[in-house]
Amino acid sequence: MSKYYVNKFLYQTDANPEHLQRYAEDPKNFVATWEQSIGPKLIGNDVEASTVHGFTEEERRALVEHDFVALFEMGAHFFLNLTIFIGIYDEPYMKENGPLAFQREFAQKLQGWTGRDYPSVET
Amino acid sequence: MAELVATLASTHHPFYLRATTMPPEEQIPQAPEWKRKVELYRETLSAAKPDILVMVGSDHFHQIFLDNCPQFLIGKAERYDATFYNEEREFGIPKYVLEGDMDMSRYMHQHLMDQGFDFAFSNELKIDHSIICPIITVRPDNDLPVVPIYTNIFAPPLPSPKRFYDLGRAIRKAIDDYPSDKRVAAIGTGHLSLELGGPRQFMETGPDPEFDRQAIEWLRAGDVEAILANVTHETMAKSGNATHGFLNFILMLGVAGPEQADYVDNLDLFHTMEAYITWYPKAQAEEKAA
Repeated sequence: MSKYYVNKFLYQTDANPEHLQRYAEDPKNFVATWEQSIGPKLIGNDVEASTVHGFTEEERRALVEHDFVALFEMGAHFFLNLTIFIGIYDEPYMKENGPLAFQREFAQKLQGWTGRDYPSVET
Repeated sequence: MAELVATLASTHHPFYLRATTMPPEEQIPQAPEWKRKVELYRETLSAAKPDILVMVGSDHFHQIFLDNCPQFLIGKAERYDATFYNEEREFGIPKYVLEGDMDMSRYMHQHLMDQGFDFAFSNELKIDHSIICPIITVRPDNDLPVVPIYTNIFAPPLPSPKRFYDLGRAIRKAIDDYPSDKRVAAIGTGHLSLELGGPRQFMETGPDPEFDRQAIEWLRAGDVEAILANVTHETMAKSGNATHGFLNFILMLGVAGPEQADYVDNLDLFHTMEAYITWYPKAQAEEKAA
């Protein structure tokens, strides 16, 4: 389990419009590409790489399926988990159901956590 | 010595610019009132006639990440770019360039270190909406140099509420001791109760209106003792998973000192409570009255 690595995926992908588009359109291939050639690189350094992090199967599945509920429950950072999927789904949801439709569906899918302590986002 | 002429603390709301500049028929019903309240708040800064802005905000995982995450950081640069791609995308905030003040940044960095706050620093800080939002709201001409200070309100473990208050006191001392005749305003932004990426996000009100009302009253009274007796990381989490932004309000109360606020306003928006608070140094107020 690597919350850090999940967060790194969310952080880097949301900050790069080309990568975000690839993640939106073909998540399985993009997650594989990220694992092989993007994720290992140290942030801000194209030469040096780290060998210490990797996804669990469940983390990989959640990322491939855009399963933000599972990511929340695994302790992915709430801000990164929200903003990347706003980047992907806000516009189509808005066209269909108006402003904040995606954000409200996101909240609805997490209703079972109301009144409970949320999973820690500490890494 | 430099003179602190005003301390401002507010929520930052990245939708403000878009919400108040889109065609009137598309605006949310609260937009005109929102704009009016922001313009009144802006006047509390204009009236103080500042020369420099010390600005307290928090990076939202735009430049700072978990590979190297400082608790407190000061910008030391001649200029600061602002607004990241995904903020333009999500909030419609344009790009900005803010002038820095290297002399004051250097002085404050050393002074804060001497007071026991081992700050990280950045010579290439790009600023996000935590600092651009208050430029948009209270200094839209972007005509003053800034000294940016970032706090960690996002990546636990976080410093304690008391540590944030004490840092505010230390920033105040650094401003007071700065060898300059400049007039300095301190401006900080954070949140009241707020939920992002959780089950209580984007409701009709913020997740904990009772906390919001209480928090505003504590700030109005300058009652740091009540804040420190009642606000912990655990209580903030119960009020919303992003309520830790209230730590920056505590910091700004530290800059002002445990004094009654001179201006307090708020606005209940669709998923959060906005608050706008200004303190003027009390000695200065007494001089004016004399």
